[in-house]
Amino acid sequence: MKHFWSFLFFLVPLFGVATFVFAPHFNIWLPRDVSEQGRTIDNLFMFILYLTGIVFIVTESVLFYFLWKYDGKSNKESVKFSHGSHALELVWTIIPAVTLLFIAIYQMQAWAADKIDAPAIPFTAEVTGRQFNWDFRYPGPDGELYTQDDIVRTDGKLYLPVNEQIMLKITSGDVLHSFFLPNLRVKQDVVPGMAQKMWFKGKKTGGFDIVCAELCGWGHYKMKGRVFFLPRDEYDAKLVELSAEQDKMTVQVPEEE
Amino acid sequence: MSTVTADTHAAHGEHAPTSSFLKTYVFSLDHKIIGLQFLFSTLIWFSVGGLLAMGIRWQLAYPWRPMPLLGNLLAGPEGGQIAPENYTMLVTMHATVMIFFVIIPILAGAFGNFLIPLMIGADDMAVPVLNMLSYWFMWPAFFFIGSSFFVEGGAAQGGWTSYPPLSVIQQAAPGSLEGQTLWLLGVTFVGISSMMGSINYMTTIIQMRAPGMTMFRLPMTIWGMFITAVLQAFALPVLTAAGFMQLSDRMIGTGFFLPEGAMANNSPMETGGGQPLLWQHLFWFYSHPAVYIMILPAMGMVSDILSTFARKPLFGYKPMVYSISGIAGLGFIVWGHHMFVSGMNPMLGMTFMVSTMMIALPSAIKTFNWLGTLWGGKIQFTTPMLFAISFVSMFIIGGLSGIFMAATPVDIFIHDTYYIVAHFHYVLFCGTAMAVFGGIYYWFPKMFGRMMNDSWGKVHFSLTFILMNCVFYPMHILGMQGFPRRLADPYHYETFRNLLEVNQFISWCAFLLMASQSIFVVNFFYSMFFGPRAGRNPWKANGLEWQAPSPPGHGNFDFQPIIYRGPYEYGSPEVDEDYYPQTQPPKEKAIPNDQ
Repeated sequence: MKHFWSFLFFLVPLFGVATFVFAPHFNIWLPRDVSEQGRTIDNLFMFILYLTGIVFIVTESVLFYFLWKYDGKSNKESVKFSHGSHALELVWTIIPAVTLLFIAIYQMQAWAADKIDAPAIPFTAEVTGRQFNWDFRYPGPDGELYTQDDIVRTDGKLYLPVNEQIMLKITSGDVLHSFFLPNLRVKQDVVPGMAQKMWFKGKKTGGFDIVCAELCGWGHYKMKGRVFFLPRDEYDAKLVELSAEQDKMTVQVPEEE
Repeated sequence: MSTVTADTHAAHGEHAPTSSFLKTYVFSLDHKIIGLQFLFSTLIWFSVGGLLAMGIRWQLAYPWRPMPLLGNLLAGPEGGQIAPENYTMLVTMHATVMIFFVIIPILAGAFGNFLIPLMIGADDMAVPVLNMLSYWFMWPAFFFIGSSFFVEGGAAQGGWTSYPPLSVIQQAAPGSLEGQTLWLLGVTFVGISSMMGSINYMTTIIQMRAPGMTMFRLPMTIWGMFITAVLQAFALPVLTAAGFMQLSDRMIGTGFFLPEGAMANNSPMETGGGQPLLWQHLFWFYSHPAVYIMILPAMGMVSDILSTFARKPLFGYKPMVYSISGIAGLGFIVWGHHMFVSGMNPMLGMTFMVSTMMIALPSAIKTFNWLGTLWGGKIQFTTPMLFAISFVSMFIIGGLSGIFMAATPVDIFIHDTYYIVAHFHYVLFCGTAMAVFGGIYYWFPKMFGRMMNDSWGKVHFSLTFILMNCVFYPMHILGMQGFPRRLADPYHYETFRNLLEVNQFISWCAFLLMASQSIFVVNFFYSMFFGPRAGRNPWKANGLEWQAPSPPGHGNFDFQPIIYRGPYEYGSPEVDEDYYPQTQPPKEKAIPNDQ
């Protein structure tokens, strides 16, 4: 077939665009967002996707056109003997530079909101990653961590009030882990010897996966937890229930995996 | 070779050809033989790394189901089922083998050794003995990494990034026993080998260019190799030092990377006072520049191949040179983008984000220049050209997906997901590996004096090109779902259960991709012995290497090369043919064309 190779390379943008067009129909897309800050991240993702998508389609199409037009078998014109163009170099240096710098500055606000400007509120809970489980510690009625009335849970279930600013303290008991809540668009590596802060606001009630995103040993794949967002009254009742449950126990022996 | 430059020839006089097989083919001092030694070794490891990837793909498509054929080989005697600790070993060792034993040594070791003296008009490397040692210092690495699969606990399991404390605390993972120690030793020896190579390349390129070969007449391949050598010389010592620190944490109880009160299996460790993030800083200070070590020579090779088969000068030679130098400079100040969610001070994230955005710029400039090279040419779709074009086509994807990662808030979500896996495979497999294939098809006639079969080459190309896109493109979609890397059984999580079919599609394409490489293997070995003889210059190319005999004898050139122009004068109006070799004297008394 004439121009077979140029058409083969044209498959790339076709396949690429088709994948992103059809993926949402097969329910493979950004997971359901249940957080307040997730929308900013999703919008930024989509903004970059559209921007890069246009550049992708244009450059791949230009590549296809050149391969088709300048196929040595059909192109009878003589070769354009050119070593380059200073003007063109300037154009395709300045335009990408400005665009990239714009993206960088545009998203600084979102980064600061997610990782720098921590709200001055007490910790809702402490998260401890260990091989291969997530442990949670709630401050109890006095609102302070590491006191007598703390509630400690090792069942991998984290209960949080919905529609309220949450502040978590994140630590590790052994190796690196990464506390990842896909539905809330938050992720933070968990580093032994350091305490990290993480804050977010859940907007939907229900249970969502907690994933470990940093390789932490052979059981990494099953280091699964669930976060449950409850209305305030149910959350308060849940903490009372957990506290009572804890009082009945004498010694908490960590389970051997 | 009577008139090779007098001083260099004298320096290499002592390793004149001998009849001894051992001296000619094994402990050879000739850069071409050393290059081929690197080529064969790395191609063997390429197949090993590929097989390890097949294990990963099987597990993701059919979790916990015994793996047919390869199961017993890869996963031990448990009926071929891949145990979770073996899965983490597979991902660790696939990356280790591919990066340290394939991509880095095939570009610098194989192509660098073979091409540098030929393309600059030297008769050998500056220090042939050091060159030989750089190959033989790979063998301890081969031995350490190869044998680590068979020690107690198996090979390293801490990921190729080897993040402590997992890699340091021996109780933390089965592979953190001897496997991790052997891993560190292996990587150290690869580092020593690369260091020897890089000193040699820098010296050779600076000191041993033929008369008339100015720096701005060097082919892009040589520029790529040169900048790579500089990067290696500055970045490698950091990794080596970090490796020794980790080794001493493991062996003699120092605490560089272990914090106070580190725990393992619920018992406190005696060491402490260190910082796990320190390793990440040191590791990425090497390994981010290493990303460019893994692609700059490939970019150079692609530039040469594109210009040759577009029959047109390379568009924007000097901007290309400046952009790879720019990558080298910026490459040292962007390592922190691997650590956006690591716990590093988030204020640093801002500066790393801006520098990372800016490093995309030289890559963009190069891409546009490659397109400019194709514009107005007479494109010959030979096998090497197809691989070079596919490099450009795929590098666009790999480059653009990198912008998502540079954007810190987006990276919070996609970090450590398959989005990253898709990105770096587009750059390293669809990019660099395609350039390597293109380079092999292109320089094969010079290496062995025979041509590879072009039709089978095109079949190999088509299958590879289509299948690799089917393997790696859908991984972007997986990553968008938040699908994490390195999970032995991702379907353990509700969120990822619907991704099983996508993974099965990817895996089957990967199996076919692996199988289709057998076409290349057969073509390679058949052509080596029975391919049609190639003349000196089968592609009608301008480069200096094509003026030497195929294969070049000891000392490379049978005449004294004098260089009159740059390597990209295709379609020049000064001559009747569409090419104008660098050594061909100008017809009239013209001022030497310095681009």
